[in-house]
Amino acid sequence: MAVQKLPLAKALNESLRKALETDPKVIVMGLDVGKLGGVFRITDGLQKDFGEDRVVDTPLAESGIVGTAIGLALRGYRPVVEIQFDGFVFPAYDQIVTQLAKMRARSLGTVKMPVVIRIPYGGGIGAVEHHSESPESLFAHVAGLKVVTPANSSDAYWMLQQAIQSDDPVIFFEPKRRYWDKGEVDTEAIPGELHKARVAREGTDLTLLAYGPMVKTCLEAAAVAAEEGRSIEVVDLRSVSPLDFDTVQASVEKTGRLVVVHEAPVFFGSGAEIAARITERCFYHLEAPVLRVGGYHAPYPPARLEEEYLPGLDRVLDAVDRSLAY
Amino acid sequence: MTVESTAARKTTRRSSGAKRTTGASAGAKKADQAPAGEPELVQLLTPEGERVQHPDYDIDLSAEELRGLYRDMVLTRRFDAEATALQRQGELGLWASLLGQEAAQIGSGRALRDDDYVFPTYREHGVAWCRGVDPTNLLGMFRGVNNGGWDPNSNNFHLYTIVLGSQTLHATGYAMGIAKDGADSAVLAYFGDGASSQGDVNESFVFSAVYNAPVVFFCQNNQWAISEPIEKQTRVPLYQRARGFGFPGVRVDGNDVLACLAVTRSALERARRGEGPTLIEAFTYRMAAHTTSDDPTRYRRDAEREAWEAKDPIQRLRTYLESEGHADAAFFEELEAESENLGKHVREVVRAMPVPDHMAMFDHTYADGHALVDEERAQFAAYQASFANGEAE
Repeated sequence: MAVQKLPLAKALNESLRKALETDPKVIVMGLDVGKLGGVFRITDGLQKDFGEDRVVDTPLAESGIVGTAIGLALRGYRPVVEIQFDGFVFPAYDQIVTQLAKMRARSLGTVKMPVVIRIPYGGGIGAVEHHSESPESLFAHVAGLKVVTPANSSDAYWMLQQAIQSDDPVIFFEPKRRYWDKGEVDTEAIPGELHKARVAREGTDLTLLAYGPMVKTCLEAAAVAAEEGRSIEVVDLRSVSPLDFDTVQASVEKTGRLVVVHEAPVFFGSGAEIAARITERCFYHLEAPVLRVGGYHAPYPPARLEEEYLPGLDRVLDAVDRSLAY
Repeated sequence: MTVESTAARKTTRRSSGAKRTTGASAGAKKADQAPAGEPELVQLLTPEGERVQHPDYDIDLSAEELRGLYRDMVLTRRFDAEATALQRQGELGLWASLLGQEAAQIGSGRALRDDDYVFPTYREHGVAWCRGVDPTNLLGMFRGVNNGGWDPNSNNFHLYTIVLGSQTLHATGYAMGIAKDGADSAVLAYFGDGASSQGDVNESFVFSAVYNAPVVFFCQNNQWAISEPIEKQTRVPLYQRARGFGFPGVRVDGNDVLACLAVTRSALERARRGEGPTLIEAFTYRMAAHTTSDDPTRYRRDAEREAWEAKDPIQRLRTYLESEGHADAAFFEELEAESENLGKHVREVVRAMPVPDHMAMFDHTYADGHALVDEERAQFAAYQASFANGEAE
């Protein structure tokens, strides 16, 4: 029963359960995480089994949630905070940036901040505004934070375990539109490193780099491209900060071409950082400039337009064509 | 303005024959205008140094304990003055003086048990003193050699927090943890009248009330948030806000060390008994500028400061000690010498405080390491080494 086929959401639920069982200092806290089990049911059944002291329904105030989580961490707890939606994290942004991220350095290493902040992110579910955003760059830009995002059930299970075990604050972005995608989870496996990228599909002509919800899109694009005789390698970044440039570099040195795909706006997005650094590392291997596919410099659009805003199969393949045309 | 008058308006003492005439003219005039139910100010020692009684708060201290409080206040003031001087001499980049707030800080700080935990702003030098933090440690961030620089757990005194009000949430979370642990420790969270407007402070009131957390909020209302008077922060006395959140609030004479001690002790005991948070508003005055970079002549009158000088926290305790025969001339002389030694010590330590090695900026960002930090550290080291190896003269 070690290997199960689970939806990504259920894998997260099992991971939280495991963490609560393993370490009495782990606390799950956030809005509606108790009886309701969270709006996405990620914490389903946990309060019933672990009690209100460990699975804590909080007042509706994000800064308060993260600020008290910091205090609990100072007291020796390992809080796992749920922010209900990506667009609701900003009341807590001050606590995360000015307090959580800097606390360890300010204390000259005497204090640790094992706080995980789970954020369902990204679009594609037809939601109203503030429910579909991808703010990962706003956190990756901040020293002191780590930013990770799983793309499948197995990573959801294991990366959350590892994030909770980390003594550093981790912003854990969950690809909400993939919550219901099923995948195998081996709960007795030996997981890989949390901050290491993964080659999700091997190829020789071009590297598609993605993370979170866009990994599936890129795998689909690679499959379509294969029918056209193109061998696309797909790299699942998994960790945005730190970022595993070695794995990306190795892939680009092999293929000579890189297209970075994310839902977040392209402008000052993670793709910009990746393009700059890969250009430095692989200048003589590149056959084409690093291209980026992502959101536009506009507020996330109403749901009826989101398919046009989000990178889909066609926009990814268009970028593949443009890169290969160089 | 209401600032002086409210402090002088503590007319509801039940003490028999206690004098209540400080700054008599202003006080009397305003008292006449005061609406019914005007804020009561807990006071046990008048500005004239007279011991008065309060029905809800009392304190019984030995002469030795009284001298101890006096010594704490004097040494804190001396340390503070030295830091201001060091800033003027260019040894510190900035200093935030606590002048005038010694009683609020020593009184509340001495109410704590060792296992209690303090979350300060950046001005709690007197509280740090009570917690046994080496005062020279406080100066590192003001000299620019670190951004904190002490282990919060060695004295249960958290790092100074500059973003206003953030620490009240940390205090509340810490107190929630104490409750989860089943311990009977309590947390003391400091903030000021300016920060009382912050969302974080109000959220900390919500969380602490909902979870009945063992935290005491100690607001030093020093009347000024840089240039903005208290009227720009609130239309009700700050302590009254607590009622709306569902816990008691009390205003105490922040220049009365005995009252601050008694009120804080009582609130901490209440927290230990599992009865939840209390808001204490210590009514005091920021005698100095906001920081050494500030110029209060642009926004407040000398007369206001002078009125508060008459309520000086140290002088009133000295008057009391002398009138009761609790301290003799030798005590004051020895303390004077001790003060000077402290000033000298602080001066010497600060001047000798080393600039950290330039590689130190990469330290402690992460507990578990980070590839980018490692890469940039190596690049920076190589860049620095390029000067040493090359044309170094």
